[in-house]
Amino acid sequence: MIKRLFRRRSLFGSSPVGMAISYLALGLWALVVLFPIYWLFVTSFKLPVDVNTGPYYVPFVDFQPSLHAWHYILVGDLSNDTIRPYVNTVIVALTSSVLSLMLGTAAAYGLTRFDYRPRLGAILTFIGCLVLVVFAVVLGVPWQIAVLVGVALFVLLLQTIGKRFKRSLGNSDIAFWLISQRMLPPVAVVIPIYVLFQQFHLLDTRAALIITYLATNLPIVVWLMRDYFQTIPIEVEECAAIDGASHYRVFWSIVLPLALPGLVATFLFVLVFAWNEYLLALFLSGADAQTLPLTVAAQNATRGPQWWYMSVLILIMIIPVVAIAIALERYIARGLLVGAVKG
Amino acid sequence: MQVERPSQDMAQIGASSGFASRWKRLSAQAELLAGNVFVWPAVLVVLFLSIFPLLVSLYLSLSRFKFVKGGFEIKFSGLANYKKLIVGSEQGHFLGAPEGSSPLGWLVFVAVVVLLLVSLVRYLRSRSLSAGGVIGRVVSSTIVAFGAWLLVRTLSAGGRPGSLVVTLIYVFVGLMVQYGLGLGLALLATQKLPGRRFFRVVFLLPMMITPVGIAYMFRMLTDTDKGPFQPIWQALGLGLYSWVNHPWGARAAVMLGDIWQWTPFMFIVLLAALESLSVEQVEAALVDGANRWQIFWHITVPAILPVSTTLILIRMIEAFKIVDLPNVLTNGGPGTATESLTLHAFIAWRALDLGGSAALSYILLFVVTFVGMSYVNLVRPRVAEE
Repeated sequence: MIKRLFRRRSLFGSSPVGMAISYLALGLWALVVLFPIYWLFVTSFKLPVDVNTGPYYVPFVDFQPSLHAWHYILVGDLSNDTIRPYVNTVIVALTSSVLSLMLGTAAAYGLTRFDYRPRLGAILTFIGCLVLVVFAVVLGVPWQIAVLVGVALFVLLLQTIGKRFKRSLGNSDIAFWLISQRMLPPVAVVIPIYVLFQQFHLLDTRAALIITYLATNLPIVVWLMRDYFQTIPIEVEECAAIDGASHYRVFWSIVLPLALPGLVATFLFVLVFAWNEYLLALFLSGADAQTLPLTVAAQNATRGPQWWYMSVLILIMIIPVVAIAIALERYIARGLLVGAVKG
Repeated sequence: MQVERPSQDMAQIGASSGFASRWKRLSAQAELLAGNVFVWPAVLVVLFLSIFPLLVSLYLSLSRFKFVKGGFEIKFSGLANYKKLIVGSEQGHFLGAPEGSSPLGWLVFVAVVVLLLVSLVRYLRSRSLSAGGVIGRVVSSTIVAFGAWLLVRTLSAGGRPGSLVVTLIYVFVGLMVQYGLGLGLALLATQKLPGRRFFRVVFLLPMMITPVGIAYMFRMLTDTDKGPFQPIWQALGLGLYSWVNHPWGARAAVMLGDIWQWTPFMFIVLLAALESLSVEQVEAALVDGANRWQIFWHITVPAILPVSTTLILIRMIEAFKIVDLPNVLTNGGPGTATESLTLHAFIAWRALDLGGSAALSYILLFVVTFVGMSYVNLVRPRVAEE
């Protein structure tokens, strides 16, 4: 009898006791994950006095729930300050994710199907000219003139010195260069980007955030999609090419449909990054382009953190993302895997 | 079917002959340029927003930024910012106070140095010797030895770790726990249990919450007076004791938040890897009488090893940039005990020490690149061998 409890029912099934232990472990972690979220949920229905006088766990039993925080955030005093950041977040996150998906996928396809040989001489010349331009601007030369002179110098040097160096880089070097851009802490890039957008009068606009997120998310898209494309057999594309399809058509009507799971998973990933980003948004946006993470942080007022408002904001912030995640759940695992396996 | 369409399109356009030849030439040209069209937009965007800031930051890190009447002034000052961090006034903040010592610590240090020397000697006696290889190995061994010395001296009793060491602790402890938990949960969730889809969606939730929100949430949860675990603290006699005011307590709180948020990432990728394991192999092993441990060790581990290395690399790059959690949860405190490098740079930026901030960022870039490259060089060949 006891023996039967421990016996596996089939080749892959577990014994009842093993199953119970698995459920216990999974349930425990589910509890660890859900309890903080439950606490947010409960806190959002509490009056300040309920929060400040000690922990109360169950609504209607421990304390009388109130809708004051939800009212304040959604229709009350703060509603304008919630709706605008919400719209901003949606627009910024969606636009930047779609754009980075488009550019990144194209680049990833290029990196897996074409041979690029950027010459070392040309790259060094480019960096040298850029250094000169930056120094000239710092020393007080107007940037329009500096850029013009820099471009002229670059073309001139490229035709003469740049051609002497025969060594060139390959596709994997380009890919590594792209991912290395993720290694820089945002604090390092934010000061120059701030100055840059100031010059173009783009500070505190959605465009500034979209461009910045596009650049920070592109490397991830390129890396995930590049590995994905490597798993797609090239024979199909070759057949299509023989039949007279152009590269663009092969890419659009054969490769992209095949890579759909990878695209979906990557999209969700980038979307979450852009949706939740805080530090860059803090630097680049003021009142107009404020995004939701900033609104959450702003609830830490002079009277201390307003936990109840914060909870509401965090909750309304995760609802759309979770909805998308549940809808796309089937794709996430599959898409991510292929991206990671070949890395 | 689909692939035939372009020629049909072409035939239709061919009706007007002059236009057709021009169109043909155009599309032929576009075809030649296809490689460039695919890759240049992305490269240009990244170039525009990375190389330029990189150079400006480099220049800033070598200069002093000062507000003067009607604007600001940037004065070139050489390596002064770096000097300040490594030997100057900011040393205690950045490197910590390397003044502790303990027998165990020195033992660890000696062990590390011996290991490095052994691997160096082994390389020198091997056939594939090159000048670049020797120099590279000597330099990286020196850096590792210095890192070990710093860790030993600052973490032993009497020493105090600075933001560099704290960041390293966050990254390594966080990575290990997240990977362990993620793998364990993924192994459990691959069983054919009823209701596993529920667990999957639930386990993904923490990744969807904005890091700032998580930081505030953990501030709520770790409150010993009004937080939900108050009865537990009360029972332990820690009722009004704020563990966030204790250096290691505060660091633990930060790491807990990080683990809570990023274990799902490990979980979902490892789950996908485990589910693609070939069933036939496991079946064959079972028929041959292998037990579960043998199956795990000889079939599962080799299969998920490549995924794991990439996964850890990606997570490592992101983990080095941890900033929201310590900033909100403890504000870097008590003192500077929980400050990560990015937070340190952010605080320097807030104090308008732009040069110092840029110098810190460059040091962080160097550390991430060094650790990342060493990791890739150490782990990749071994994975390939298996």
